[in-house]
Amino acid sequence: MTRSTVSGATAAPRSRRSRAPGRTAAGRSAVGRLVFLGPGLAYLIVLLLVPLALVLSYTIFRRGRFGGVVYEATGENFTRLLDPLYLDVIVGSLKLASIATVIALLVGYPTAYLIAQLPRKWKTIALVAIVLPFWTNFLVRIYAWIVLLSGPGLVNSTLGDLGLGPFEFLYNQGTIVTGLVYSYLPLMVLPLYAAIEKLDPQLREASANLGARPARTFVSVTLPLTLPGVVTGCLFVFVPSFGNFIIPELLGGGRSIMVGNLIRDQFLKARDWPFGSTLALALLAVLVVLLLLQAWSARRA
Amino acid sequence: MLQITGVSRRFGDVTALADVSLEIRQGEFFALLGPSGCGKTTLLRILAGFESPDSGTVTLDGADLLGQAAHRRPVNLMFQSYALFPHMTVAKNVAYGLERERLSKAEIRDRVGEVLAKVGLEQMAGRRPQQLSGGQRQRVALARAIVKRPRLLLLDEPLSALDKKVRAEMQLELKRLQHEVGITFVVVTHDQEEAMSLADRIAVFNAGRVEQVDEPVALYERPRTPFTAGFVGASNLFAGRACSAGLAADGLGVLPGVSDLPDGTPALLAVRPERLRLDGEQGQGVLRGEVADVSFYGGVSHVSVAVPGRAEPVLVATPGATQVRAGTRVALSWAPGDGALVPQ
Ligand SMILES: Nc1ncnc2c1ncn2[C@@H]1O[C@H](COP(=O)(O)OP(=O)(O)O)[C@@H](O)[C@H]1O
Ligand SMILES: [Mg+2]
Repeated sequence: MTRSTVSGATAAPRSRRSRAPGRTAAGRSAVGRLVFLGPGLAYLIVLLLVPLALVLSYTIFRRGRFGGVVYEATGENFTRLLDPLYLDVIVGSLKLASIATVIALLVGYPTAYLIAQLPRKWKTIALVAIVLPFWTNFLVRIYAWIVLLSGPGLVNSTLGDLGLGPFEFLYNQGTIVTGLVYSYLPLMVLPLYAAIEKLDPQLREASANLGARPARTFVSVTLPLTLPGVVTGCLFVFVPSFGNFIIPELLGGGRSIMVGNLIRDQFLKARDWPFGSTLALALLAVLVVLLLLQAWSARRA
Repeated sequence: MLQITGVSRRFGDVTALADVSLEIRQGEFFALLGPSGCGKTTLLRILAGFESPDSGTVTLDGADLLGQAAHRRPVNLMFQSYALFPHMTVAKNVAYGLERERLSKAEIRDRVGEVLAKVGLEQMAGRRPQQLSGGQRQRVALARAIVKRPRLLLLDEPLSALDKKVRAEMQLELKRLQHEVGITFVVVTHDQEEAMSLADRIAVFNAGRVEQVDEPVALYERPRTPFTAGFVGASNLFAGRACSAGLAADGLGVLPGVSDLPDGTPALLAVRPERLRLDGEQGQGVLRGEVADVSFYGGVSHVSVAVPGRAEPVLVATPGATQVRAGTRVALSWAPGDGALVPQ
């Protein structure tokens, strides 16, 4: 995020200078820029901006009787958004994604901290282990949880041998949070690791030398200086969690529990594209606010 | 006051400290002098509690220091790289140690103001470390360490990042501060001039060992080991055996010096360049040779003289500019009292 703004800022004066020598040079550099930027820009315009504009425009139209869109302006989609039925789902998704983010932070911070203290060779091994799950298909890994946690699954049969259970682990909000934390924990650990690794260990020693206990050193020195990593990690976990529909679908029992499922159902089952778009807009609005907060905190750090 | 006894520390197959014993007195300005990598920082880190020795003991005022956690020791360290907190202002950095003592806000404010005035940084109180020059950062680091009024202040190469002029100013300032606050200072340096000008006593380190502990003048005039003779100030060293008149040098005859060594002991004779007298060819001389090179340094000139029978030229320092030119044949002499014999 910050890097793109920084490189943008340095690129601007350079391009102005390169334009100075004359038309031909300017024209050549513009063509060159287009060649390099072209594919990326085309990708963004065709696959992101146009669909986004379409989705946003649907929010003010009525749904057709048999699906589709009737181009007749209306505000009813937004009033419907305020219906407690849907508002609850949005708030519920916010809650589940926030819980998953907080748990991932509480688990991820000590993990990243320990990895950063390891000898060089072990650091690499630990980091590879952290990203190793990404080498297996996401769906397979989620199904593995079902196998583990289901009624006759591995966990219950082990507990059964000890004379406990069987318990119903699957298909509740706890399972969804477990799935979210499990899936996105590496995205928390990596930015945290990068931030902690960058921290000069002498700052911690200086703090101890000035009389601070380890806990005080953490609160006053380590945490504030790794805060950008914390914010980035939280965003990396929260964003895919908030709009997720696969994990609640598979581990949450298939009900429309999270806003991601709701949007999917509006488009594919209820065939109400305008309302689906409105829900998508609400989701986007929350994420944009979060990104703005992150950009603001990164600039302050 | 601080008693270091038999401290050793190894890192793998590197011996950073080998059986180091030192006694540092109350209110003293003590310097640890030695080349890079000889274990000076390691010793300070042991005193501050970031490193533990493999063996040995350290006591401060008779109480064991090594058993105490780093944050409880009445010892403050000024880091070689300053280690200022980048997310805090200058005032916050300095106040950090006092806040840990749970002092009242008013007292903290007074003491921070006082110490910033002492190092001349009152105007910078609200700045972040990144907005300061190297010399200013160094003064913040110093202020942060002395504001705690520790029993013992450790300074790791405090002036090494500064240019020559600022450095000289800061040396004076350190000395003045030490008089004012009355804290025991232990300063680490690899610059022998700095050690000489600042310290009451100097310990010369070499490869993890203490070579000699002495006052600056004694260290300069009576080095006790070949390393000290070579490292502290420039010296002309002659190898040979001790005899009653000084040194029977290999291939150069008897050279004058004061010896308390038994005759026949293998020894080095150290003569300081500024103690050598340069005469014309006809003059009296202990050694004769030909001028190889003359360099003018403003206050002094260095004349190097090639002496037959000796591989390295003999260095002579004479005040002001000199008339001799390269190629002139000269005679060299010195008083017996200016030749120090060092057992080899
Ligand atoms: N943490 C460490 N791990 C391995 N070797 C170290 C460590 N700290 C110091 N050393 C080694 O110990 C020796 C002394 O280092 P140091 O005390 O920093 O020297 P100085 O401060 O005198 O330059 C050096 O050879 C250095 O490489
Ligand atoms: Mg050092």
